[in-house]
Amino acid sequence: MAMSIDDLNNFHIDVFREIANIGSGNAATALAKMLNKKVDMDVPKVKVLEFKDVTEILGGAEVIVAGILLKVTGDLTGNMMFIMEKNSAHMLVNMLMGRSCTVDELADEFSEIEISALKEIGNILASSYLSALTSLTGLRILPSVPDMAIDMAGAIISVPAIQFGKLGDTVLYIETEFNEDDKKVVGSFFLIPDVESYDILLKSLGVIS
Amino acid sequence: MEKGTLIKVGMADLKAASYPNILTTLGLGSCVGIALYDSCTKTIGLAHVMLPSSQQARNNSNLAKFADTAIAKLLKEMENLGARRGNIVAKLAGGAQMFNFSETSDMLRIGTRNVIAAKECLKELNIPIVAEDTGGNFGRTIELYSDGGILLVKTIGHGSKEI
Repeated sequence: MAMSIDDLNNFHIDVFREIANIGSGNAATALAKMLNKKVDMDVPKVKVLEFKDVTEILGGAEVIVAGILLKVTGDLTGNMMFIMEKNSAHMLVNMLMGRSCTVDELADEFSEIEISALKEIGNILASSYLSALTSLTGLRILPSVPDMAIDMAGAIISVPAIQFGKLGDTVLYIETEFNEDDKKVVGSFFLIPDVESYDILLKSLGVIS
Repeated sequence: MEKGTLIKVGMADLKAASYPNILTTLGLGSCVGIALYDSCTKTIGLAHVMLPSSQQARNNSNLAKFADTAIAKLLKEMENLGARRGNIVAKLAGGAQMFNFSETSDMLRIGTRNVIAAKECLKELNIPIVAEDTGGNFGRTIELYSDGGILLVKTIGHGSKEI
């Protein structure tokens, strides 16, 4: 039987939190290597949200965010999205490029090289997240080349939300916070398996039989 | 002109309102904003739909989520506020494709499909579409004014306009 997010119980949420924890941990390690700096990570928040609340998660539907979307193929199919608020994206790029500047000095627009760097960061974060999932489940999971969009949070989040909308009336949302010194980068992961993939994912973990 | 209240319509949500109120929905991406207006009674209705059809969904309990069921429900709510179906016209906004993947699977063209579904549904109900601002690859915030039925479309980096 195919399940939807609406049917998830607390135990399933705990399983997803653990997946998120390991996935984001792996992503943080990748980020630390990339920056050659110590990167801390908070325990991810896993929430099941209604559509009307989902656009509020990054501070409102009109907040400008960067969203990086990858398609997932292999044993598990679906989409994976990493979203971060624009300031976080700027901060991350500056960290990567070894530039030091505070938030209010940040330029409004992203240059071509910054966009390319952000895509790469998204690619690495999402891939390391997925590779943790692969070692955990033994499933073959392949991410596609990422694409990025910078726009209103509501518009970006509508992409994963619509995917969830096909299955139910809620969205499974994972928030991860990375810290490097006092610089805080808040990002959200959306892992959106296709309908059939939920069962595959939970079965591979022995959660359901 | 009296000052109306700005009423928010969320994702997969719909609302009807009377003069002098204003309906708004923020950050439309691939979702479509369906704005209805009765110029005689100045009744407005706005739906923020996510998917084309309730027929293809396993769970279709939320009527505001689908173009077909949302339009029907919105019309009913507007009629409850005194609107007459024969006077109602429609404006559409949204239905963008936020991400560009070379292989265009159905899933990623959802914006276009949402717009087509909304148009077909409105045509069936004989509701004329008087204006639209759809497609593209950017998000939109819209405001529907009961005074004149103007639909204000705001974007980031693509200007704003009244349709």
